[in-house]
Amino acid sequence: MSNFDLPAAFEEYSEARQAGFLKVKEAKEGGRRVAGTFCAFTPVEILDAAGFLTVSLCGMSAETIPAAETELPRNLCPLIKSSYGFYLTDKCPYTYFADLIVGETTCDGKKKMYEMLGKSKELYVLHLPQGPDLPYAHEMWTAELRRFIEYLEDTYDVEITEEKLRAAIEKRNVMRSARCRLMELLRADTPPISGTELYTFLDGIGFNFDLDDAIAKINNLTSSLSTHKSEGVTVGGKRILITGCPIGGVFRKVVGAIERAGANVVCFENCSGIKPARCMPDQDAADPVAAIAHSYLNIGCSVMTPNPRRMETLPALVKEFRADGVVDIGLQACHTYLVEGHAIRQLCRDNSIPYMALETDYSTADAGQIDTRIAAFIETLGE
Amino acid sequence: MKYAVGIDIGSTYAKVVVIDEDKNICFTLAQPTGWSSVDTAENVRLQLEEAGFGQDYPCVATGYGRISVPYAKKTITEITCHARGACQLFGEENLTVIDIGGQDTKIIAVKDGTVQDFLMNDKCSAGTGRFLEIMAKTLELSLGELCDLARQGGGTAISSMCTVFAESEVISLIGRGEARENIAFAVVESVVQKVASQAGKLQDVGGQVCLTGGLCECGYVREALERTLGKSVITSRHGRFAGALGAALSALKL
Ligand code: SF4
Ligand code: SF4
Repeated sequence: MSNFDLPAAFEEYSEARQAGFLKVKEAKEGGRRVAGTFCAFTPVEILDAAGFLTVSLCGMSAETIPAAETELPRNLCPLIKSSYGFYLTDKCPYTYFADLIVGETTCDGKKKMYEMLGKSKELYVLHLPQGPDLPYAHEMWTAELRRFIEYLEDTYDVEITEEKLRAAIEKRNVMRSARCRLMELLRADTPPISGTELYTFLDGIGFNFDLDDAIAKINNLTSSLSTHKSEGVTVGGKRILITGCPIGGVFRKVVGAIERAGANVVCFENCSGIKPARCMPDQDAADPVAAIAHSYLNIGCSVMTPNPRRMETLPALVKEFRADGVVDIGLQACHTYLVEGHAIRQLCRDNSIPYMALETDYSTADAGQIDTRIAAFIETLGE
Repeated sequence: MKYAVGIDIGSTYAKVVVIDEDKNICFTLAQPTGWSSVDTAENVRLQLEEAGFGQDYPCVATGYGRISVPYAKKTITEITCHARGACQLFGEENLTVIDIGGQDTKIIAVKDGTVQDFLMNDKCSAGTGRFLEIMAKTLELSLGELCDLARQGGGTAISSMCTVFAESEVISLIGRGEARENIAFAVVESVVQKVASQAGKLQDVGGQVCLTGGLCECGYVREALERTLGKSVITSRHGRFAGALGAALSALKL
């Protein structure tokens, strides 16, 4: 058993977060390895099968951005800057504890940031094909996953058997279905839980490393919501679907504004919402690696070109959750989502879905303007 | 006689409109917002009283300081209010409203009297009245003079979108001995181009284009906009009161 020190910034975190850090520390002392991830494309099943704890290192706070800007250009997506800043300042205990960082070739900013992270952390980058419908995309991604498995086996002296992979797929699918069932409760006329509450809960559960416990907690919440309704929901409020960039760093500002304007968020289409939760590898497939590859390629992220999945799922989700309007969140300098925003605006127009795009970053400087824009958008949806 | 009050507390000016039951404008007031919207709101209340409008009028507040009006029965965003006000001012139900204000620019597509789509530029002063004000100051002109001079100029352009860089561009143009009217032309052109490209992003509702907000009082801005958009652009002498009028119209229904 080895001992690990806590990073200096530990004291600055809330008790709940500290508890999470302590669990990782404990797990590490018990011999578990920790993999830090940044993206919904990371094949967590493989990391599970290799015995790693996985933790998202996605930066969601403006606090570390000034530090990041000493090395990164200012005109870069805040998610990348924040993540890199956490690494530079050693402020995030998870980054600190990570034995391995797993990245993917998604957007340019992230790819280059990974190279920089790799200078002093063990880094593995999966090469994600960016044309999901190309004839060789599936084959290539499967080959990439196999290469990753080999790397893990060789580097960490573990064996990743088919059985382990199948068990991991099964467990993750139970988790993903539990998340879906919870999110699908918001299809109700009056959602039983507000967008803020749902998002906060789902975000927090990601830092519960005991998957069985996490699944039980999600299911408990789902069943308790059948009798107990939250007060954070406006009865009869307009129904909003959120799409676009990951919103961890802006969700209080944006979702808060929607709720203050008397509307309810009924669906998060983006990462950490319904999009990745519905990506479920076939656990009975003959080749589990190919099954993982297949399901992940269906994530409709704007780093894909073209990105037909998002175009298909968005109108379908609007129907399913009976959304009255779509709010498309673009993080400043996120080229892929901001450019794709035009196509999404057009798509919504063609389907007669009211649409609003918001470009924002992690600062609070535009909070007032965002309140006004969102309130105005909600007013346009009628009484 | 029943009347209703609309108050639009913008970032630079507070505008007030009182209408009667028949939606006729019977009183207007515009005053600098100053640093405290709460004080401004109180000041407006006193002035309304002085003008003979007692206590119990229905009042709707809009604009960025809308939450600072304690006697308002309701707050509505400036987007909805501008659309309503513009429809009333211009007697049209289908409109593209371009409002160039002190700190922000709003473009609103209105169809059958309701907001269809809108865009706001409120992050950066390029394409707003503030940009023109700063450049006028650099050129030692008033806003009105800048606009009048611009009409006689041509042949120069400012490429920078950022106000700070654009200002140094203007200064170097002055240094190079470029004629003031040409610089004035370039300054107005920069705002108009930015506004026109934003307007291009919105759905074309096929209606009349109208210009409201403080800048509609500069005739040349309207002309330049007309030329760039290739469409007729109308204004009204009450153009800067569109938001307050829309608020008053909503108050009438309370
Ligand atoms: S938005 Fe795309 S690139 Fe970003 S985390 Fe999600 S899947 Fe990954
Ligand atoms: S939000 Fe956009 S720019 Fe930022 S990491 Fe994700 S894909 Fe890249």
